[in-house]
Amino acid sequence: MNIFAKILTKARSKWVGVALIALALIALPFALAAAGTAWVRIANLAILFAFLALGLNIVVGFAGLLDLGYIAFYGVGAYVYALLASPHFNLHLPFWVILPIGALVACVFGVLLGAPTLKLRGDYLAIVTLGFGEIVRIFLNNLSRPFNLTNGPQGISRIDPFSFGAFDFSRNETIAGLAFSGPIKYYYLLLALLLLAIVVNLRLQHSRIGRAWEAIREDEIAARAMGINTTRIKLLAFAMGASFGGVAGGMFAAIQGFISPESFVLVESVMVLSMVVLGGMGNVWGVVLGAVLLTFVPELLRDWVQPVQQSLFGKTIIEPEVIRMLLFGLALVLMMLFRPAGLLPSAIRKRELTKQK
Amino acid sequence: MNSLLLECAGLDKRFGGVLALAEVGFSINRGEIYGLIGPNGAGKTTLFNALTGIYSCDAGGFSFAGKPLAGLRPDQIAARGIARTFQNIRLFGNLSALDNVMIGRHVRTRAGVFGAILRTRATLAEEVAIERRALELLAYVGIAARANDVARQLPYGDQRRLEIARALATEPQLLALDEPAAGMNATETLELKKLLERVRADGTTILLIEHDMKLVMGLCDRVLVLDYGRKIAEGPPREVQRDPRVIAAYLGGAEGAASS
Repeated sequence: MNIFAKILTKARSKWVGVALIALALIALPFALAAAGTAWVRIANLAILFAFLALGLNIVVGFAGLLDLGYIAFYGVGAYVYALLASPHFNLHLPFWVILPIGALVACVFGVLLGAPTLKLRGDYLAIVTLGFGEIVRIFLNNLSRPFNLTNGPQGISRIDPFSFGAFDFSRNETIAGLAFSGPIKYYYLLLALLLLAIVVNLRLQHSRIGRAWEAIREDEIAARAMGINTTRIKLLAFAMGASFGGVAGGMFAAIQGFISPESFVLVESVMVLSMVVLGGMGNVWGVVLGAVLLTFVPELLRDWVQPVQQSLFGKTIIEPEVIRMLLFGLALVLMMLFRPAGLLPSAIRKRELTKQK
Repeated sequence: MNSLLLECAGLDKRFGGVLALAEVGFSINRGEIYGLIGPNGAGKTTLFNALTGIYSCDAGGFSFAGKPLAGLRPDQIAARGIARTFQNIRLFGNLSALDNVMIGRHVRTRAGVFGAILRTRATLAEEVAIERRALELLAYVGIAARANDVARQLPYGDQRRLEIARALATEPQLLALDEPAAGMNATETLELKKLLERVRADGTTILLIEHDMKLVMGLCDRVLVLDYGRKIAEGPPREVQRDPRVIAAYLGGAEGAASS
């Protein structure tokens, strides 16, 4: 009986923990709103990046395929949304129609990238994917002639926000005495989608497909000899990762209301990859943590660097933007030296990256 | 039990100017333990790689259970029922022993992305079956207690056993083993011999590359001897052992025979 009681309390304490985290996440936007709506927007961006990083985690973390052009799928998703829900073509489809279309189109692009790179690994794959990302961005920049598809560098503006019938995610509303601003409403939607993404990631990881990804990451020749069709399994990783990117891009377009090719430059790919690596490749929770940290910390710095310098030296010696990149670089170097497998490493990746000779 | 399982005819494999395999031909019957021996560099592993689709043949080829294997990818050949182990062990080193064997079940199971995401009843049932079968196989090769250990950290002999368990997980008709006793001590080799006899008794045909002559002589029904990519003898171990050409090949390549 004693053991049963113990198990019961253990299970209960676990659920209490989950309930507390859930409550905190529900209350969070209101706390942030008290500090300024900008912080709610930053929280939304953090969730969006976490979603995006989870997609990249499938490609890099699970299947071990280094992808430096991942932001292209984000861009494709964003443009699909923008073209189908803006005055540009005067189309205004609802978001629950466009997001799946965006996922599908990005998925096709994922296969387009995956197919020619099947035989590449490591550095070589990284270079080809990097090129792919740039190609997509340059196309977005130049597809304004002869037929104006993307509106070139000016980008597409006045993109529809998400709406559900009369319920518009961009409007302020007061429900039960609480003021729900647009960003707060988006926060809950994004949080729900992130939870879904986490569940999908976890379930894929512990499945026949997830094991096949692990196998090709560990030893491709052995994986093939064990009957794994590496072509299909790799394309599947690219397609799944790209679909995540496509959905995230659609959400980004709707929240921002404006997109241009400038949002999909190489540095963004590097940022998302950094979130995955810093947080812990292959570990869903690590990736989410990496995304949240890399979104919030720079914003905090932006907020603090100038006032601190003012009070210490009486003037701004180093611009916040400069110090941000400096600290970011320093953080990456320190991480690679002391925690090469990330903040919350997956057990398997930790073994791989801290191999003793 | 004299039906033909694997047939190889006129097999050539060239690497640049080197003829690694020349007009090799042999056949393996169901239920046999068939040995493949020869001095170092004779082309034994090349033959394995050609058989399992890692290399393509320049001429001739294999026919398995009556159907040609030409042009098939390694995964398709595994699906046909040929599983192999590697001379320089190729486990999924950072995964647990159990995961290694579960991956071996891939080719005989079917759950896809949607099944995994939705956790359908069929997928869950399949997962349970995969894990149960993997545990059975670990027990079968005698390393059940190591199920949750990391493959890379297993003792050498256990790694060899794990590779066999992983190969058996694909439900092969033909199990191709590349030097399974390499690096094993006498006790481990004896246990391996018992294991392989059991595998054969349970209906799996075995193709065996091995340098441990005592093991080959005690285990194999028939032996094929390769030297410089050519077949120089074939037959029951006792006869092959006395064949003057075999003796010449081994004594001629004295250091090859001694060191391995």
